[in-house]
Amino acid sequence: MNDFTKLLVLLVTSILSNNFIFSRFLGCCPFLGVSNKVETAAGMGLAVTFVMALASLFTWLVYTFILLPLGLTYLKTMSFILVIASLVQFVEMFLKKSSPSLYRSLGIYLPLITTNCAVLGVTLINIEQSYNLLFSVANGVFGALGFTLAIVLMAGVRERLEFSKMPEALKGFSSSLIIAGLMSIAFLGFSGIGG
Amino acid sequence: MSKAGKVFFNGILNENPTFRLVLGTCPTLAVTTQAMNGIGMGLAATFVLVGSNIVISLLRKFIPDKVRIPAFIVIICMFVTSVQMLMQAFLPELYKSLGIFIPLIVVNCIILARAEAFASKNSVIYSAIDGLGMGIGFTAAITAIGAIREIVGNGTIFGARLFGANFEPMLIAALAPGGFIVFGLMLALVNYITSRDTKAANKECETTHEEGAAQ
Repeated sequence: MNDFTKLLVLLVTSILSNNFIFSRFLGCCPFLGVSNKVETAAGMGLAVTFVMALASLFTWLVYTFILLPLGLTYLKTMSFILVIASLVQFVEMFLKKSSPSLYRSLGIYLPLITTNCAVLGVTLINIEQSYNLLFSVANGVFGALGFTLAIVLMAGVRERLEFSKMPEALKGFSSSLIIAGLMSIAFLGFSGIGG
Repeated sequence: MSKAGKVFFNGILNENPTFRLVLGTCPTLAVTTQAMNGIGMGLAATFVLVGSNIVISLLRKFIPDKVRIPAFIVIICMFVTSVQMLMQAFLPELYKSLGIFIPLIVVNCIILARAEAFASKNSVIYSAIDGLGMGIGFTAAITAIGAIREIVGNGTIFGARLFGANFEPMLIAALAPGGFIVFGLMLALVNYITSRDTKAANKECETTHEEGAAQ
């Protein structure tokens, strides 16, 4: 397989069969917390995609050029979380200056991303799978696209559910979790695609 | 009840991190395919919670307010890295089955939430008790979810067979969708029980009030 086919396979698997939410359980907190409206869900997805691409790039560089030569690989969790936290802060400041409209639409979601385990998760997976720079960034972007798909679909369902009658005990998180379970069954149908 | 007891049971019952606060959902969903995994994950998180709560409480007067979140994360990370290395050395099998979710304890919201809401404001002893209570509450909750998924999805509990050879397990409970559905149903059950309790308490209150008014 050449690199292009491999990338294509990675795209399909990370969106459908290996979806971050439905099969790897990464990033469930924002998935449950910020999926009330389609619009905000899409904003969150966009912000996560942006940060995950940058985080994959920078953590790969930090790991390959700083941690590996110095024999400090056991510090990868600590250095990655610091890279991600400062990256989020930096992106926030940069957007505030350069693109106020985008900043306003993403604003509140940006600080939340630091504790989104999908971001730290994808950077650790990149190192575990020993991806090269291109594949690391691709893995970050494709994984985030899968996350965006999941959270937007979920928001669509929840918008419809808002005014429907259901038992008091099932309202809120528990009905969302059961819906997510049903969607996950649907996504199980994709397993096996792309090997 | 003494303050220490109150702080301890708060994490297990009233503010159970899994069922009442719904924090740390990722490990709750991901590692609960077996009851044993639940215990392993829970104990690792408890160790990190107690350790980070103690250190953050000791340092609470020295950490400037503006950089407290990064400082908390570095302290938490220190404990997570040590747990990871200890587990890799002494419990390699458990380490393998928990996989990436051990380093991801760093971004588990329960730990940062307790650091911010409790340890940064209270003395060392209470912070340690709070960490222990929260940790035990988390461990109990994810072990219960793990046990249900293991019994329904595999017909075993802690690896021991429960039913005869003819038992056909419902595999879906052990797969990814089962995590969402079992957790959702248990959450609904806890909601139902607690809302019934508060309703009963309210009713009792009303009747005594009415009786008082009638007299």
